[in-house]
Amino acid sequence: MSKHEIRSPLPGTFYRSSAPDVPPFKADGDAVSSSDAIGLIEVMKTFQEIQAGVAGGSIRFLVDNEEPVMAGQVIAEVEQ
Amino acid sequence: MKLRSVLVANRGEIAVRIIRAAKALGIRTVQVHSAADADMLAVKLADEAIEIGPPAPKKSYLNIEAVIAAAKRANVDAVHPGYGFLSENGDFADAVVDAGLIFIGPSGDAIRLLGDKVAARAVAEKAGVPTVPGSDGRISSLAEALKVTERTDFPVMIKAAAGGGGRGIRIVNNAGELETQFPQASAEALASFGDGGLYLEKVITRARHVEVQILGDGENVVHCFERECSLQRRRQKVWEEAPSFLLPPEVRQKLCDSAVALARSVGYRGAGTVEYLYDDETGQFYFIEVNTRIQVEHPVTEMITGIDLVEEMFRIAAGAPLSVRQADIAVNGHAIECRINAEDPRRGFMPAPGRIERLEVPEGEGIRFDTMLYEGYVIPPFYDSLLGKLIVWGEDRAACLARLSQALARLTIEGVPTTIPLHRALAADPQIAAGAFHTRFLETWLETEFAADGGRAAEVA
Repeated sequence: MSKHEIRSPLPGTFYRSSAPDVPPFKADGDAVSSSDAIGLIEVMKTFQEIQAGVAGGSIRFLVDNEEPVMAGQVIAEVEQ
Repeated sequence: MKLRSVLVANRGEIAVRIIRAAKALGIRTVQVHSAADADMLAVKLADEAIEIGPPAPKKSYLNIEAVIAAAKRANVDAVHPGYGFLSENGDFADAVVDAGLIFIGPSGDAIRLLGDKVAARAVAEKAGVPTVPGSDGRISSLAEALKVTERTDFPVMIKAAAGGGGRGIRIVNNAGELETQFPQASAEALASFGDGGLYLEKVITRARHVEVQILGDGENVVHCFERECSLQRRRQKVWEEAPSFLLPPEVRQKLCDSAVALARSVGYRGAGTVEYLYDDETGQFYFIEVNTRIQVEHPVTEMITGIDLVEEMFRIAAGAPLSVRQADIAVNGHAIECRINAEDPRRGFMPAPGRIERLEVPEGEGIRFDTMLYEGYVIPPFYDSLLGKLIVWGEDRAACLARLSQALARLTIEGVPTTIPLHRALAADPQIAAGAFHTRFLETWLETEFAADGGRAAEVA
């Protein structure tokens, strides 16, 4: 089993859910399909959806909700 | 009370603008900044800088306690809030005053009163300012809503009383749509804002956005004429002018007088803007809202009146009476401002932070560039995309447009995509030259004119 890293394409602020009062897109341990949204990046007040880009099991987030991220930073890992 | 030092509770180009005005008046400047903004130009220009928190605005520039603590630590006399962030937060204004400092702006009570859409509309009506036909305050039932449309006709906007900034608005074209949408709008408003209150306003389909700059010292109020801000994308202004050149003189007089009457009725203190919709076809203007702060587009007013609005804010806050009388304020020539954003107009205005590799700013008579950029500056991703404002003055609008095209051709920003190509295309467009636009003009123009030539006209200009 290998680990696949999901990286942020942009610098900005990472969000785990689509709004403050709704559950996160994915919880640690969830399985993901390639087109699943796993979070949002806010860059200059504009929100971009981040998709898993890969199918796999047991996603693990390495960045907390509302934390700043750099372009290329690993946001989460997925087991394949 | 004397005003010898100021804390600048903002960032970006407006922080630079405030520091320059303060320096001109011999006022000591203290700049607050987030952890992401240690390299910003305002920090370099200020006499002192204080870090107030992490990059996220709500933990730094929107953190009232952190800003007040910095002001106390720096031992300043006053706080300037700029625009956005805490500038229209009445509780912040109160907190500044409670800390024994001067808030550069109106009182917390005035900010709260004029910031409440329904209350501000009532203030306007009481002062004799025309408002958009609609319901008298909140409506509670569909039957009441249908009754209102007998007066306003369709289309009408269903607006959330607790909404704002373009949020919580639905447009309906007939009674059937109103019947379907009214309950949905109420449920949505309750879910989004915790308040299901709605009101109705007639849709003015082809309106211009015109706004009047006012200055008050608590006793006297003057206006500095109007600005034309109809070129908008997603309700955000893109290009602003002063004056609103096609306004008939008698309408201009009534419009400006109405803004003064409104401000006087609340004993307004500071700089402010009264916003209106203007219907070219009927010659009617309608009050929209009051902004109780300096605005992004204030330089166009400064260019045609010669008044430094930010310096005037400092003088008013220090307790001085207005330095100008209405009779001394006149319109001289024409000014246009282009907002230069770190966005790619050819890729859906996608914003892009990054490093400024090269910056060349045009200079000359009638040209001003308000910015926080310098070569090597890395624009952080956490805040809005405004990089600077190119403001150009001419003896009349045609001269202003010609000078603007030359200035835009000489303005170079490399390292991030910018909206400069959009402005070059606008400055060369015959419809813009004719002034034939309204608040919905730009979005259509972007889809047809700008998309059609891919912005190529701009590149050869």
